[in-house]
Amino acid sequence: MVLEANHITFQYKNTNRGDKKHILYDFSLRIGSRERVGIAAPSGFGKTTFCKILAGYERPDRGEVLLDGKPLEAYGGCCPVQMIWQYPEQVVNPRLRMRRVLQEGDGIEAYILQGLGIQEDWLNRYPAELSGGELQRFCIARALGKRTRFLLADEISTMLDLITQSQIWNFLVEEVERREIGLLAVSHSMPLLEHVCTRIRCLEEVSS
Amino acid sequence: MRRWNGRMTAMFLCGLAVLFLAAVTAAGWGVSEEALVTDFSRKNLGPGVPYLFGTDWLGRDMFLRTLTGLSMSIRIGILAAGVSSVLALFLGTLAATMGKAADAAVTWIIDLVMGIPHILLLILISCALGKGFRGVVVGVALTHWTSLARVIRGEVMQLKEALYIQAARKLGVGTWEIAWKHMFPHLFPQFLVGLILTFPHAILHEAGITFLGFGLSPEQPAIGIILSESMKYLAMGRWWLALFPGLFLVCTVVLFDVAGEGLRRLLDPGSAHV
Repeated sequence: MVLEANHITFQYKNTNRGDKKHILYDFSLRIGSRERVGIAAPSGFGKTTFCKILAGYERPDRGEVLLDGKPLEAYGGCCPVQMIWQYPEQVVNPRLRMRRVLQEGDGIEAYILQGLGIQEDWLNRYPAELSGGELQRFCIARALGKRTRFLLADEISTMLDLITQSQIWNFLVEEVERREIGLLAVSHSMPLLEHVCTRIRCLEEVSS
Repeated sequence: MRRWNGRMTAMFLCGLAVLFLAAVTAAGWGVSEEALVTDFSRKNLGPGVPYLFGTDWLGRDMFLRTLTGLSMSIRIGILAAGVSSVLALFLGTLAATMGKAADAAVTWIIDLVMGIPHILLLILISCALGKGFRGVVVGVALTHWTSLARVIRGEVMQLKEALYIQAARKLGVGTWEIAWKHMFPHLFPQFLVGLILTFPHAILHEAGITFLGFGLSPEQPAIGIILSESMKYLAMGRWWLALFPGLFLVCTVVLFDVAGEGLRRLLDPGSAHV
């Protein structure tokens, strides 16, 4: 499968400031199933925005996102493009136990939990009873459902210590390689991207 | 045996309050006939045995009258607060989910109702419906839903934009499941707190308009009637006619607050370890 972003242009409309700066302008990217693409750019250059557009959370002003030539909306049910967010606290419902959070994922298998170091005991807890790093592992696991074909990892390891980072990235790289899931990794850390990805694209500042 | 903790205390207090309120409601209902009995051989007795709360100028047992009055007040309160909370839930959700026109219409109605002083609107509605039980319940229900409707409208709007709900949508969770699994657990405590906060208002407003003569009719031993009648006798030193019914009205209101607070603590995951 191929995930294509064609000539994406996007700007935030409801800013109080008068400047109507494009955050993305005519940006294109193609990701194959066997690829792991890294995106690097300084803060405020639209890395997260680009992920949101690719996963269908935002609509681009111009351009289109195609999965195997079809728009994302054509895929009903569980979206094949899943995004993992930078802040896990915002992406899990504080009133649900972790077991129910995981059930929302598309058939998460036990070995995934094991590979990410999720302990059985954590499943009975509420999100407020886990640390950010522990919570992030659940978010990663939840995105690895059966129908996931592309994974967008937006700064997913910033809250983890180095040992856990390497544990999680090793598992993730192995998993996406085995299941032929395309990966888009966003990070500030060039060494991390060089280690994880097969190629790296930089977002440039839009000067319009 | 698990160690006694704050959760159990909350559960215990909540249960006790509910039990007490239920007992008062049932007992008041049961003795409503006896509360009307007049006996001039025992009039104007102070509190003591066997008339705990004393008797009034017609020789009626004030204890039974207080029970009956409270029972009536609790029933009116529950009914009015229930109707007004459901109305708030319905209109608040409607405003938040059905587009701009619905939102503008509901917000306008909220402003309209809030713009008129509560007690005035209450008297108008109650009079228009011929006073009595129905007038009071409809009046209280129609004037008390606005602030809760606002809270629920805001909450639903915020929830719609919450990342975890958008993420659930992307994971293929259906609309009804999102409403039930994700939105309901957030709305329910708000709804419950709103319901319980409405209750004392409802009771006090019922007593208020009855006191002013626009609510229940004088033969019904409501707390408002008892208080307004006892006004005349307070100056003669018969303090017990107003003290006990008034005190128990306050107690009832406080108990509802205790029950509500207990429930909130049990439902809120933030206080799971208190």
